[in-house]
Amino acid sequence: MDTGLFVRRSATRWEVEPHGPMRVPAVIYADQALIRDMDRKVYEQLCNVASLPGIVGAAYAMPDAHWGYGFPIGGVAAFDREQDGIVSAGGVGFDISCGVRALLTGIDARAIEPVKSRLADELYRTVPAGVGSVGEIHLDDAAMDAMLTGGARWAIDAGFGEADDLIRLEERGKIDGADPAAVSARARQRQRDEMGTLGSGNHYLEVQHVVEIFDAEAAAAFGLQRDDIIVSIHCGSRGLGHQIGTEFLKQMVVSAAEHGIALPDRELACAPIRSELGRSYLGAMRAGMNCALANRQIITHLVRQVFARVLPEAELPVLYDVSHNICKEEEHCVDGCPRRLFVHRKGATRAYGPGHRSLPERLRPCGQPVLIGGSMGTASYVLAGMVSSEEQAFSSACHGAGRAMSRHQARRRWRGREVVRELATRGIQIRCPSMRGVAEEAPGAYKDVAAVVRAAEAAGLARAVARLDPLICIKG
Amino acid sequence: MGVEGTGPGIEQAFEQAAVALTAIVTDPERVEPAQAVGVLCEASDAELLLVDWLNAVVFEMAARRMLFRRFRVVIDNHRLQGTLWGEPVDRSRHRPAVEVKGATYTELSVSRQADGRWRARCVVDV
Repeated sequence: MDTGLFVRRSATRWEVEPHGPMRVPAVIYADQALIRDMDRKVYEQLCNVASLPGIVGAAYAMPDAHWGYGFPIGGVAAFDREQDGIVSAGGVGFDISCGVRALLTGIDARAIEPVKSRLADELYRTVPAGVGSVGEIHLDDAAMDAMLTGGARWAIDAGFGEADDLIRLEERGKIDGADPAAVSARARQRQRDEMGTLGSGNHYLEVQHVVEIFDAEAAAAFGLQRDDIIVSIHCGSRGLGHQIGTEFLKQMVVSAAEHGIALPDRELACAPIRSELGRSYLGAMRAGMNCALANRQIITHLVRQVFARVLPEAELPVLYDVSHNICKEEEHCVDGCPRRLFVHRKGATRAYGPGHRSLPERLRPCGQPVLIGGSMGTASYVLAGMVSSEEQAFSSACHGAGRAMSRHQARRRWRGREVVRELATRGIQIRCPSMRGVAEEAPGAYKDVAAVVRAAEAAGLARAVARLDPLICIKG
Repeated sequence: MGVEGTGPGIEQAFEQAAVALTAIVTDPERVEPAQAVGVLCEASDAELLLVDWLNAVVFEMAARRMLFRRFRVVIDNHRLQGTLWGEPVDRSRHRPAVEVKGATYTELSVSRQADGRWRARCVVDV
């Protein structure tokens, strides 16, 4: 888009002064090339977000921002309950608490080569992925309620993992304030057989190789060494989250006028945090977050089972688990004063800097791990939160590369089999039930993740710790 | 991803939009219209009704683990009665590419075109 739409405050901070119904500025963190490549819709959507009631500071977009539904993907916005602030089902999206969990293995990349094919096959066979797949776990109503309030803790109590896993999970694996009663029968029905499933689209399970360390101190604190093998799991709250999003989006669209909210875009559907609907959504959304945490915990257990068969010397402790589609009540410093805010991150990752009290002791000196997903052929990154991220964007950073072209365009450009073959020549093994799905997720359909990471670092959102290249990618 | 249906009436446009929804997941020609499923939707205007209809199809696909090929829609004063014909997902035969999470209010429109035909479109999240 045209950089003339913005006032450039620094090499990576582009600002739009409030105009029309905007209550606060809109700010995009990106370099010039990334801004030029962004769709103008990002600008329009961010200005719309800036007009929502009770917004604090500014409406922010991360360097991987692209055109989304209502909010841009890569959008961050915080709202104050005491100033009639809102919570938005559109600002969280359908994939509630979609996020990334990374597992260390203690295995050197050279040990993988002889068993790579077998490992890929076993992971593909063991972790259910794609349309129509079901998990081994089937939840009745009581177990569903326990899962929705207990999150990963419920999963561990049910035998999926170790209590130590919880230390490295956002919210220690369970967010308070979940309200299972706010989760409809239809949302429960969609989830009944989907625990421990990966989903499809951009979700994946990857075995990755640490190819570069940028920050030795943080890497050591995170347990990362060059040539280590890492496992990354990218998925969310599955059908339950999708249905919660669908239902509350509709209720918020229909009730906006009676709450006195003029929606600039229906997809920005929202309700006052203090309203019954707002409270109900928060309770359901938090239940969705617990579902996502439980889901990634079960998948972790399945991955460990596979490694125990194929590479029994591996131990798979959790590096970290963090969501990038969520609204969280957090304390932030605004103009020198602490305030409780409801921070929406839609395609953006929380990035607490060093010293934050919510971080586990071992990670506290270096800041929170920020897990940036790639796409099959492209690298993933581990970043670390920075103190400066707090004032830049309520401690938030990017979440991935972001799509550069639509699924339709990708399908016309690539053939799935050719993508699989080309990646195999680079040592990357793909397992996916649909070749069309592979074409739509071709690495070339995404932006350059390295450029996104460079811009995030230059903007003071998070600093690069390590780059991970894919070796095995399981897609749904 | 955008879906669009057109037809001589609003009901046919809705039916075709649902075929487009299936086409995101698989080639509709691969789906046998063996079983019928009924849905009911209600909304205050035609656009909201389209989102409701597509979300009803998404729900039936997900909850029943089925794919649908043929659709019939009857609309009476913002109440929609729909019938979906399809079969359970067969992963080897249908080779489903991606699941649809839900229909959004983005680029949403239901309108009569200059040639008199109806067009129903919106973006769905995958």
